[in-house]
Amino acid sequence: MTVFSLIIINKAGGLIYNKTFHDGGLNKISTNDYLVLAGTFHGVHAITARLNPVKPVATPPAPGTNDPPGRPEPSSGLEVLETENFRMQCFNTLTGTKFLLFTETTQTNVDVTIKKIYDLYADYVMKNPFYSLEMPVRCDIFDRKLLSYIREINNR
Amino acid sequence: MSSLPSGASSGKESGLRVPSNGKTIYHRPINRTKTSELSQASFAFLFSEMVAYAQKRVKGIQELEHRLNVQGHSIGIKLLDLLLYREPVRTQLRPQHIVGLLHFIKQNVWQHLFGRQADRLEKSTDAEKPDEYMIIDNEPLVNQYISVPREMSQLNCAAFVAGVIEGVCDGADFPARVTAHTVGEGEMWPGKTVFLVKFRSEVVEREAFLAKT
Repeated sequence: MTVFSLIIINKAGGLIYNKTFHDGGLNKISTNDYLVLAGTFHGVHAITARLNPVKPVATPPAPGTNDPPGRPEPSSGLEVLETENFRMQCFNTLTGTKFLLFTETTQTNVDVTIKKIYDLYADYVMKNPFYSLEMPVRCDIFDRKLLSYIREINNR
Repeated sequence: MSSLPSGASSGKESGLRVPSNGKTIYHRPINRTKTSELSQASFAFLFSEMVAYAQKRVKGIQELEHRLNVQGHSIGIKLLDLLLYREPVRTQLRPQHIVGLLHFIKQNVWQHLFGRQADRLEKSTDAEKPDEYMIIDNEPLVNQYISVPREMSQLNCAAFVAGVIEGVCDGADFPARVTAHTVGEGEMWPGKTVFLVKFRSEVVEREAFLAKT
């Protein structure tokens, strides 16, 4: 079980972070290609989110209360992409930041891993006064915590 | 008014009335939760904004550290009074020696602010600098989420805490300059910080005089 790499895309479709954790899992591509990949994925995601039919009202108001009816779940768009050699899972935050995690196809609990990475991002990137929003992430502590967390998973 | 006990309004007992168990409003933290702790996330966001606010108004790193220092200074002065007041009556004395003061900072101030004591206390080994002392914190709470960019590697945002220490020293009448320095210690403590306390010469002089008598 191996986690290959992580990509973070901001809400405008720009690549703000990419990190490879395991050599030999995926072929190396140039930084420029990563930028294209991020932008393309962002576009495809936006289209698939519209393609997805909206579900009917999710929760009817409970009888006897005055609560307004629940809103339908927003459609999530593309979540998983699988090939013969790797699996890519996307986690889209409420603010539109996307976390893409490339793993082996047999990897389990990817959503737990990705949530934990989101936690680390919320802690060590968003609480850092020197980080400007929507810009590339360059935070030493985030790198350090992320690497040690992924190393722990890859060595399991 | 007539319902008030007459003893309280007349006679020598006028003024502040102390409850029978001796605990006044100043002995209690503002919030009443069990451990009286605050949310670290909200503090982290607040502190992050404080740093960003200070950064917008300065030209250099030294100036930025000075601003953070000033922000902490008034906290230190107030904290000295509050923490001494909360001490049991018998030990409710302002520290009168440098070592006593530094222990007070390392233990009481740190415990109150960060929920633990500072890691170490040292005196400068340099014989020419008898006025320098060091308080060492392996992992300052204020820096927990902060990564300083490479081009500002001189900066340590714990300058804010240095300001608090300086406030305590000034309030206790031990005027000093306090600065924060990063001295990373490998993988284990990358954010290890030394607070360098440099007392004014008259403080050292007074200390020597007190030691003689």
